[in-house]
Amino acid sequence: MIEMFSYSFMQRAIIVGLLVSLCSALLGVSLVLRRFSMIGDGLSHVGFGALAVATIFSFSPLAFTIPVVVIAAILILRINEKSKIGSDSAIALISSSSLAIGVMVISYVKGTNTDINNFLFGSLLAVNKTDAVFSIILSLAVLLSYILLYPRLYVVTFDPVFARSASIKADRYTTLLAILSALTIVLGMRMLGSLLISALIIFPCLSAKRVATTYKGVTILSAVISLSAFMIGITISYNAGTPVGASIVIVHLAIFIALTIFSFIKEYYQQKRLLKE
Amino acid sequence: MKPLIVGKNITLGYEDQVVAKNLNFTVSEGDYLCILGDNGAGKSTLVKAILNLHEPLEGNLDFSFDRSEIGYLPQRSQIQRDFPSSVYEVVLSGCVNSLKSRFFYDKNDKKRALDNMAKLEILNLSKQPFALLSGGQQQRVLLARALCAAKKVLLLDEPVSGLDSHTSSELYKIIDNLNEDKMTIIMVTHDVHPALNSANTILHLGKSFFFGKKERYFESEVGKKYLEESGHHD
Repeated sequence: MIEMFSYSFMQRAIIVGLLVSLCSALLGVSLVLRRFSMIGDGLSHVGFGALAVATIFSFSPLAFTIPVVVIAAILILRINEKSKIGSDSAIALISSSSLAIGVMVISYVKGTNTDINNFLFGSLLAVNKTDAVFSIILSLAVLLSYILLYPRLYVVTFDPVFARSASIKADRYTTLLAILSALTIVLGMRMLGSLLISALIIFPCLSAKRVATTYKGVTILSAVISLSAFMIGITISYNAGTPVGASIVIVHLAIFIALTIFSFIKEYYQQKRLLKE
Repeated sequence: MKPLIVGKNITLGYEDQVVAKNLNFTVSEGDYLCILGDNGAGKSTLVKAILNLHEPLEGNLDFSFDRSEIGYLPQRSQIQRDFPSSVYEVVLSGCVNSLKSRFFYDKNDKKRALDNMAKLEILNLSKQPFALLSGGQQQRVLLARALCAAKKVLLLDEPVSGLDSHTSSELYKIIDNLNEDKMTIIMVTHDVHPALNSANTILHLGKSFFFGKKERYFESEVGKKYLEESGHHD
């Protein structure tokens, strides 16, 4: 168990993983509650495509993927507002197209078949030193902006029209949310896999919502759930040799099921008590 | 009384469709204005224009105060049903327009939230989840939030839609009290009662336009017809 922390690649993976988990949990609260969960899913697929292109043409992976995914994030939001295609279908279009582009590019260049697996499901070895430093800086930026803008983000999430009536530029905050999510997804993608990273955005909030009733409660509980699920997941992955992304998502699923059962039991007893009174 | 909002020759609409033409009206300090009219007459669009969410196609809206300081009570359907939030969090968020360059709410904001909750008798609900409240309670919470935002003017969009008559009349009473405390009220409504009982001015949108004192409205053709259609007899 302690041995796990003695390798420098594991230390990097744990630091980056914890930071990404924290950011994705916080952003997830706003995205899920505004019914934007699909954006996270769409962006991770775009990330996959961009990462594949970057690898084949030997661009620096982060430097190429980040701008592509950020632009995709802004694009998806615009489509959401203006387009006649429904936003869910628009996101599905974008994500499957990116996935197709990624797979095409990788399979065109022979001998890289193994990489697809890593891209889709992640690898602990994918985090090098530059990435780690980059991740730390970016996640601190995400965290700081989230905390400082918390009151405004709350209003925009709860009631965007009221926010706009109070001269809060709701659209700008939504764009900011999408950009921060894009950054978080790109950072976590190579370690946790592009197919699974969106689970890190959606699961913590959904689980927390089962038991917490205040916004602050949901936010804090999401963060705690996300951090614990990461640590449990990565330990399982290290000891059992399972893919890290999948291990973490399985832990999330278990937490979600446990909290759902708990909330049903709680509700049942509350109703019983009310009936008695 | 000092005019707060002056609308001159306002035309409202979207791209090629005009919903209301040549509106002229004035809202002065202490007014209780009811905006009446049929569906599609442009009431909601006018609300959006006042809140700066919609640009009038023509004409001018002049404000003698900062329009972000209008306290807005939206239609209830606008709010998500299962949003996890305590009542206190919702009310406090009304102070968001006084944040300006600050990041967090300060003592004054928190005190204002508590004061307004006390005023609307929802202090005991403070920690309750907003989503589990009854319709009337939710409306009080949103009204408290609007009060946190309102320095001078409250803009209420269909405040009693979907509420039973007892809850409605309680809410009307609260609004009357606020008006007596010098809060200017602008209310969009389908209900003729606040227009009859509490308003001092009426703005009627639709095929026939009216703006003026309540007494004159109910003597006018538009007013008489509206009263008849809403099933009210003397």
